[in-house]
Amino acid sequence: MPIIRVENLVKSYGSLTAVDGISFEVEEGTIFGFLGPNGAGKTTTINVLCTLISATSGKAFINGYDCLKEPSRVRKSIGIVFQDTTLDKDLTAYENLVFHAYLYGVKKSEIKGRVHDALNFVQLYERKDDLVKKYSGGMKRRLEVARGLIHQPRVLFLDEPTLGLDPQSRANLWGVITEMPKKHNVTIFMTTHYMEEAEVCDKIAIIDNGKIIAEGSPEELKKTVGGDVISLRTRDNEWSAGEIRKMFGIDSVEKDGELYLTTGRGDSCIPELIRGLGDNVLSVKLQRPTINDVFLKLTGKAIRDEDVSGMSNIKEEVRAYRRRH
Amino acid sequence: MFHLPPLTPPYKRRGNKCHELIFMEFNAIYVLVAREFKKFIRERSRLVSAIARPLLWLFLVGAGMSRLVSPDAGMPYTQFIFPGILGMTILFSSVFSSISIIWDKEFGFFREILAAPVSRMSIVIGKGLSGTVVSTIQAAIVLMLFPVLGLRLGPLQIVEVLIISIALSFCISTFGILLATFYESYESFSVIMNFIIMPMFFLSGAMYPVKLLPKPLAVAAQLNPLTYGIDALKNVIFPVEEGPMSADFGLVTDMAVILILSFAFVVISARLFERKK
Ligand SMILES: Nc1ncnc2c1ncn2[C@@H]1O[C@H](COP(=O)(O)OP(=O)(O)O)[C@@H](O)[C@H]1O
Ligand SMILES: [Mg+2]
Repeated sequence: MPIIRVENLVKSYGSLTAVDGISFEVEEGTIFGFLGPNGAGKTTTINVLCTLISATSGKAFINGYDCLKEPSRVRKSIGIVFQDTTLDKDLTAYENLVFHAYLYGVKKSEIKGRVHDALNFVQLYERKDDLVKKYSGGMKRRLEVARGLIHQPRVLFLDEPTLGLDPQSRANLWGVITEMPKKHNVTIFMTTHYMEEAEVCDKIAIIDNGKIIAEGSPEELKKTVGGDVISLRTRDNEWSAGEIRKMFGIDSVEKDGELYLTTGRGDSCIPELIRGLGDNVLSVKLQRPTINDVFLKLTGKAIRDEDVSGMSNIKEEVRAYRRRH
Repeated sequence: MFHLPPLTPPYKRRGNKCHELIFMEFNAIYVLVAREFKKFIRERSRLVSAIARPLLWLFLVGAGMSRLVSPDAGMPYTQFIFPGILGMTILFSSVFSSISIIWDKEFGFFREILAAPVSRMSIVIGKGLSGTVVSTIQAAIVLMLFPVLGLRLGPLQIVEVLIISIALSFCISTFGILLATFYESYESFSVIMNFIIMPMFFLSGAMYPVKLLPKPLAVAAQLNPLTYGIDALKNVIFPVEEGPMSADFGLVTDMAVILILSFAFVVISARLFERKK
């Protein structure tokens, strides 16, 4: 039985339909990626699943409980890392986690152990007694992931977990996320608008304008846009193009002094190609289709990596400043 | 295309026994109070200003005003405003504690609380008791000044004052929570302070007896929860039961109003915290 099941879910704000009749299932123990540009309806979907807002119509179940009718049971089954930080910055990391443990009714005798384990898991144990306001963005995110695990949820929701993090923190967080399903026996439901992050998901659904426009494993989705593209520079493009036609029966295209050819299995083509063309080849490059290409093909537009968090960080700084003064 | 699950899996029914649910709610209330208390202890400036404000009012405003009040009014003016100053201490600290919900909303932490599997009622009660604890502590500190003002209170009266303080603190804290449900950003803080809290203070019988107010203001004072708290304190603290400066209502009326209002504030706030449409 799937751990999350959503059927024809609709959420409207007045005349705006933020989520427009989506259906999907998530299998237990997998990483499910919910992909889409800003404003596609990802956060709204999470808010309905997490019982924070009501749905206009449709059904949603988590862990067998009805998200629309059994909020308390659903809440016990899930952990949430919201898009914006929801830590108490005036408490220490340790205190934030203990607060969470009490709030979720963790037995007193277990609190200490679980908090320690969670802090160790995200490598923040050394900094546990620092006030959260001294934490970097990446540390805060990791702490929130740790907090989401304290009550041992069946599903952990991560809304744009890597938004606004520097590459190193992102990689670090990714290590943590991909480890979770096995280590903590939890299913991951994450949203992102960074296409390359979707590659590690077991299954992804692409959402645009409130509708799911594609669904499947990353490999399946990438297959839909056609094969790999090999680009090569040679001493003699005309001769090489002829050889390639003889070897593979493929016409190659010349652009900006480079030859481009599209094939099904690019990696196994390359050795043959080099053998055939000999030292005529100056350089070879293999480009595999990305999820971004999938999105591009489906919608005719690219998902832009505009940095939303840039703005919200500034906003937060201003607020913090005003609060202090 | 999709099928409903035929049966609920066995693990579903675990963990929902009655005593476990009560345990969860109790834990949530406890941890909300513990958080507030920890922050209160940590923020020295809050404590200092909480104690300094009543002292300033008592000795600067009180001493100055006492020259205007005729000596045969029944008691010195500094004694008259003592219940009002206790009420003010409770008003400011309770409202400040509850209004911190707006900060929590602004900084996101409130979502952590709202997403938890606890009833909205427990969240309101937990927040209300948070304000109650810190307010009562501050009121108790201010109460220790009574000998300096020439008031005589026996142990029973001190206990009564503390009980009234607890009830009034809870009432004002839950009122503050209700206010906080209407605001999303702390820019509204000064609006709340200037247009709700200060008028509440001045129209509470703290500075002048309600019976001496002109009719429209007296009506406003009677709609003010703080009025009944301060009146209850007057009933217990003042040595005289007659005269222009005595209490305006009976102690039973005062307490009944405070308790009924507290209940109403809790129920309404809990309703408003239910999930958004
Ligand atoms: N509370 C709300 N009231 C009105 N419109 C909303 C509200 N929340 C979200 N929306 C709108 O719903 C759409 C989807 O938003 P959201 O789910 O936040 O997108 P995403 O998380 O994919 O970026 C957007 O057009 C947004 O403006
Ligand atoms: Mg979002």
